Amino acid sequence: MTAISLSTTSRPGPGTIRRIAAIALAVAAVALYVVFQGQWTLPHDESFPLFESLNGLKATVDANRTILEPFRAVISGIVAFFDLVLASLGWTGVIAAVGGLGFVFGGWRLALLAISGMASLGVLGLWNPSMATLSLMLAAVILAILIGLPLGIIVGRSNRASAIITPILDVMQIMPTFAYLAPITLLFLIGPASSTIATLIYAIPAAIRITALGIRSVPETTVEASQALGSTRWQVLTKVQLPLARRVIGLAVNQTIMMALSMVVITGLIGAPGLGRNILQALQKVDVGAAFDPGLAIVILAIVLDRLTEHANEWMDPRTQRALTGLRRPRIALGIALAAVIAGAVIAPLFIDATTFPKEVHVSFREPVNAFVQWLTGTFSGITLGVRNGVTAVVLNPLETVLTTAPWVLVVAVTMLGAWYISGRRAAVTAGICLGAVILLGVWSHAMATLALVLVATAITLLLGVLVGVLTARSDRVRAIIRPFLDFAQTMPAFVYLIPAIALFGPSRFTGVVAAVIYAMPPVIRLVDAGIRAVSRTAVEAATAYGATERQVLWKVRLPMSKRALLLAANQGIVLVLAMVVIAGLVGAGALGYDVITGFAQGTDFGKGLAAGAAIVLLGILLDRITQGAGSRRRSALARAG
Amino acid sequence: MRMSLSRMLAGLAVVTMVAAGCARGSGATPVPTASPSTPASSASGSQPAASPSAAEVTCTGAGDKGSVKMMVNQWVGAAANVAVAQCLLQQIGYKVETSTLAEEVAWQGFDTGEVDVILENWGHPVLEKTYIADKKVAQDAGPNGVTGIIGWYVPPWMVEKYPDITDWNNLNKYADLFKTSESGDKGQFLGSDPTFVQYDEALIKNLGLNFKDVFSGSEAATITAFKAAEANKTALIGYFYDPQWLLSEIPLVQIKLPAFTPGCDKDLKAVACDYPPYILNKIVATKFVDTGGDGYTLIKNFKWANADQNSVADAITNKSMTPEDAAKEWVTANPQTWQPWMP
Repeated sequence: MTAISLSTTSRPGPGTIRRIAAIALAVAAVALYVVFQGQWTLPHDESFPLFESLNGLKATVDANRTILEPFRAVISGIVAFFDLVLASLGWTGVIAAVGGLGFVFGGWRLALLAISGMASLGVLGLWNPSMATLSLMLAAVILAILIGLPLGIIVGRSNRASAIITPILDVMQIMPTFAYLAPITLLFLIGPASSTIATLIYAIPAAIRITALGIRSVPETTVEASQALGSTRWQVLTKVQLPLARRVIGLAVNQTIMMALSMVVITGLIGAPGLGRNILQALQKVDVGAAFDPGLAIVILAIVLDRLTEHANEWMDPRTQRALTGLRRPRIALGIALAAVIAGAVIAPLFIDATTFPKEVHVSFREPVNAFVQWLTGTFSGITLGVRNGVTAVVLNPLETVLTTAPWVLVVAVTMLGAWYISGRRAAVTAGICLGAVILLGVWSHAMATLALVLVATAITLLLGVLVGVLTARSDRVRAIIRPFLDFAQTMPAFVYLIPAIALFGPSRFTGVVAAVIYAMPPVIRLVDAGIRAVSRTAVEAATAYGATERQVLWKVRLPMSKRALLLAANQGIVLVLAMVVIAGLVGAGALGYDVITGFAQGTDFGKGLAAGAAIVLLGILLDRITQGAGSRRRSALARAG
Repeated sequence: MRMSLSRMLAGLAVVTMVAAGCARGSGATPVPTASPSTPASSASGSQPAASPSAAEVTCTGAGDKGSVKMMVNQWVGAAANVAVAQCLLQQIGYKVETSTLAEEVAWQGFDTGEVDVILENWGHPVLEKTYIADKKVAQDAGPNGVTGIIGWYVPPWMVEKYPDITDWNNLNKYADLFKTSESGDKGQFLGSDPTFVQYDEALIKNLGLNFKDVFSGSEAATITAFKAAEANKTALIGYFYDPQWLLSEIPLVQIKLPAFTPGCDKDLKAVACDYPPYILNKIVATKFVDTGGDGYTLIKNFKWANADQNSVADAITNKSMTPEDAAKEWVTANPQTWQPWMP
């Protein structure tokens, strides 16, 4: 993560002393490891007492279900309402309505995208499950916004609220869904309500965080000016902060939708109707092609909704409204949209069957995808197994061996010193607390195995991510070619590509690494690309004018100047890789991921699964704080230097 | 996520539309609802219930006798059970709601009223104790006729090349063949989905085998691994079971472990014998026993054989039929099997 050195000054300064101290400590750590290897380790114990007592928690939950019945009823009601709306519109009405929205928000081009996107759901033969997914998602998003926006505003306006809520959001976001899936069904029964709540837990932190960010990004001076003019707190909020933060809040809605879509398959496991169920059914048959169609439907839904919300956001801004539709008054656009909805929902059903999408129009990618996968695995499995064995033997195994056979005191000490070196004292304290808690949870050895996997996956993600990001930043054409693949990799459910991954790499830890890299790389590439592109043109031109080669410009100007973006990319890479730990458990990576799945699958292992889930959260907070701190430390160092 | 995909998607949509013009719906995607497969009858919904003895079975009926909530376990054999029972229940006038759930979650459903029937239960003593003995919300409805055989399996090519591998006594001789990046200097034994009953780690230890239990993490991962092992002629040994649709595609060969004797699996830490044969049974909600009427009678009588289940599962998996169509085909061809179940 810190491969790029900041300065090349030769004067010995505090930085050099720090570096020498770090090297000395590293040497000492290696020496201690060699001496004490295999001592004071914490081997895994399946019947750790804490696991048993956590099992009791489940029984308590089970006994007190009735209190929550009203919540369940309300949430089920919301889902049922959307079901009813979508059903009564019929497929013609839904397509017309989404197209109409597209027209209002973004004109003809967006309307065309929306209509063809929605129609292709039907063409894939997946209209009904797509609508079930859509209504679940709408319910989750509405609730996330109703609850998330006010909370986000509170967090944005109060530092104390932020200090209390942020750690909770961390837990909600990093805690693997599998860890709380079974308790949720105990509380809210199988079906739409549980699925909505599981989605909500995962998606709401993004809504709160981005809203708070929006409120905080309103310049202090603007707020002060309005206060000086005698505005009350409420007036400052509604007349200054909210309007100025509107674009960012729109982003919160957009991100909530994307996160809700990424939960579709998981919620299928607890009986949610929709595309997730189709994917799970295809997986039972190990039929990648059959899973690809519903996966593609999710990608299409994501694209349509992403574009719609993005444009809706601009549309809300009165300044851009007219330019978008090209019509003189937005009312005319609204009128056209309304006419389209009436035509689709009321008139069309008079002539055709609007309840079921015509079966005659059907395209499936099942056969070609299966043929492609067969060719791929047949042709490359020899090479891929070699890659797996190589990476496992050279990187993964040594790292795992060191982490699991080193005395735990040494691992904790080295991590704390490392955190202190990279990010400062607070990060060191956090690291110590996190690792201490992992020990108390009784999952130390599995946590270390998972840590090894996460570190290797993150390293590969960053290596490839920076490489591709640099390429896309330097050429618009490369970016245009790569972007669709990024969108695809990010929204296609991992479950769909797990089977080809197993066929290529076998059930193994490395397969887990591959799945994590595929999932985490797109955002890293985007961040690197954005960071390098943001480097000021004048700096690059100045360097070129002095005769720097393109390579020199990259290494001496572009990369150093986009350091903050690179660090953010590293941070995001780690968090996203962690999100895949459980998925990795499904393809043979074992350790914490497998423990969490076991906890979901077997009631008797509930406690172990919950402990493992908590350990994943702790690892996540640990790694996040270390890398986040690195950004701020560097920034303050830069500020001092400048 | 920011998209600049409008062009790509528009292009895709155009291509799909054009292609749709000529393509006819070949392998129709299974729609996971209780609705009958023919749209015409579902629209009218008033077809008179055909007498169960009639040769033509429509799998549709009046739907006026109430609804049965059936759980579909996450394997294809279970989908085959449910599809056939669903067809017959609909035939005698019930509506059927199905949901695909993990087993633990499904048993909770007996308590919460979300599940009436599990047609295939692979011995879950802890769940049985909680929900049958303690909470009394579920009951055993007898065997479904299928015998589950859990064991250690190898792909057929290995047996051709190393005929004596099927005896566990020879496994150590071949341990080196099974080494992978995951098992270090031992042979890899591929454990399975955490949902399944498995104690291979103890077996390996107590039989003194030089193997390491590595969990695949999911049934899909195990199946994919066996498929790849047979296709690429790579070594693999792992936990598998019959009935399973894969066996009709690749006849995996079972390893002979020390024979099971009643009680030899009492202490799972000291176990050194094969898995017991599982007489798979049906579990029903107590509420369904009391109020299910004819529907309950049918479920109670439901009993077929491994071969029946495999033929339906094979049609679903390898012939790409929907569960509904596969069930209809089997029901039409085998009236002698299911007629005794009818109330």
